[in-house]
Amino acid sequence: MDHGPLQHLKRAAFILCLAPMAVLSLDAVRDRLGANPIAAIEHSTGRWALVLLLVTLSVTPLRRLTGWYWLLRFRRLFGLYAFFYTCLHVLAYVVLDEYFDWSAITRDIVRLPFMSVGFASFVLLVPLALTASNSMVRRLGSRRWQALHRLIYPIAIGGVLHYLWLVKLDRTQPELFGAILAVLLGFRVVTALGGVARRALAGRLPAGGVE
Amino acid sequence: MSRTKSPDIKPSEITDESIYRSRRRFLTAASAAAAGLLLSEGRAVGASPRLPLLAAHPGPYSTDERPTSYQDITHYNNFYEFATDKYSPATLAASLVTHPWTVTVDGEVHRPGTYDIDRLVRMYPLEDRVYRFRCVEGWSMVIPWVGFPLNRLIREVRPTGNARYVKFVTVYDPKEMPNQRTDLLHWPYVEGLRLDEAMHPLTILALGLYGRVLPNQNGAPVRLVVPWKYGFKSIKSIVRISFVEKQPLTTWVRAVPSEYGFYSNVNPQDDHTPWSQARERQIGDFLRRPTLLYNGYGDQVAHLYRGMDLNRYF
Repeated sequence: MDHGPLQHLKRAAFILCLAPMAVLSLDAVRDRLGANPIAAIEHSTGRWALVLLLVTLSVTPLRRLTGWYWLLRFRRLFGLYAFFYTCLHVLAYVVLDEYFDWSAITRDIVRLPFMSVGFASFVLLVPLALTASNSMVRRLGSRRWQALHRLIYPIAIGGVLHYLWLVKLDRTQPELFGAILAVLLGFRVVTALGGVARRALAGRLPAGGVE
Repeated sequence: MSRTKSPDIKPSEITDESIYRSRRRFLTAASAAAAGLLLSEGRAVGASPRLPLLAAHPGPYSTDERPTSYQDITHYNNFYEFATDKYSPATLAASLVTHPWTVTVDGEVHRPGTYDIDRLVRMYPLEDRVYRFRCVEGWSMVIPWVGFPLNRLIREVRPTGNARYVKFVTVYDPKEMPNQRTDLLHWPYVEGLRLDEAMHPLTILALGLYGRVLPNQNGAPVRLVVPWKYGFKSIKSIVRISFVEKQPLTTWVRAVPSEYGFYSNVNPQDDHTPWSQARERQIGDFLRRPTLLYNGYGDQVAHLYRGMDLNRYF
């Protein structure tokens, strides 16, 4: 069971993650999305999907750096919200932008690199969302579940590339996302290498050595 | 033969609902407007809808499609000198001083000269030209421009036999155009046309839209409009027009040569950009529509490119 403050914090995070959608809906209802509201909805939902993906990926490094284990309790929430905004983004594209023009959608996914990579990331994200629950962790077994959820790395890379390859000239935003992602993935590489080195070192030392 | 009119003179021919509304706003806010105009004497009124009216007569080649709203035409602008988004130029471009303003015509011409904007606006009868406008980003508008055919000015300055291209240059003033302090693009913005494209009767120098002087964000005080090419060819806030022998290196070709070419004719088959050009969303529409070769002006301009491989000369 979660204790009091954490439960409040989780509730706050839950509501905070809904804010972008609330703002977007309000703007849409009040006709404040400008001359091209469909593009505005696509851009906003896409950007928030990426933000939440990066937030999800920052939970583990933050936990390691701070030692705050309770941070792990937020990872699933952020991950599912990343999926939620991705779904809104895809829905906006399919329903508003293309209005179910499946042949145009297929053509663009096949022909345009930014569409292919974005579509691949979306498809890979689905099994992660479906296996988010505790019972699915138990059913899959912790090891297999973890292996499956490492898909989040190529998904995030694909998401950033989707943005980067679409941009006309000003790459400031996708490059910022890319830089943050590089730091988050770099952290994992460094810790993994550190672990390997430690194990190798421990193996070579005589028993009762360092540890 | 004065063709410029101040707000108290007869309005132009096209009076659709939104210009009527903006005119009403103008009248009901008469005192405020007058005060504003007085205060801003010698300075353009920026993003204000209370811009002076320009009298014009209906010109040829206008589409009978319903024009995009004044609000959308003036609040969804690519003007990289101010910002890379399309919403903020409407406010940021207020910093551009469009009066006094001169346009220098030089290079391979018999009669080079510098034209004051007040003279330019009176030199030829102004025409209403309602054109389709297709942005390379995949959206489009229908815009009621006010202007005159560029070929009138070209005949006046009389190009020499060496003139094969026309090069256009936007004003360079980093104090008024903040992004010119960055190296986002190579400044000042340069565009170009082949001489026969520049001479084509569809090509105009625009001084206004919706019967009023151009708002700054739409390229005040004078811009090019080439309706069969992507919007970025229609260079804004022009200060120099040079007649040259060699094809000029234009801004977007210089920036991303794999995606943008010198010709940049609207072409649904074009596959140089990361996104498709096959369809477009006209601002205000829900469904996309198919994009037409030469933006639907093929009957008028296809002969200019006869025998050319459009995929090579994109």
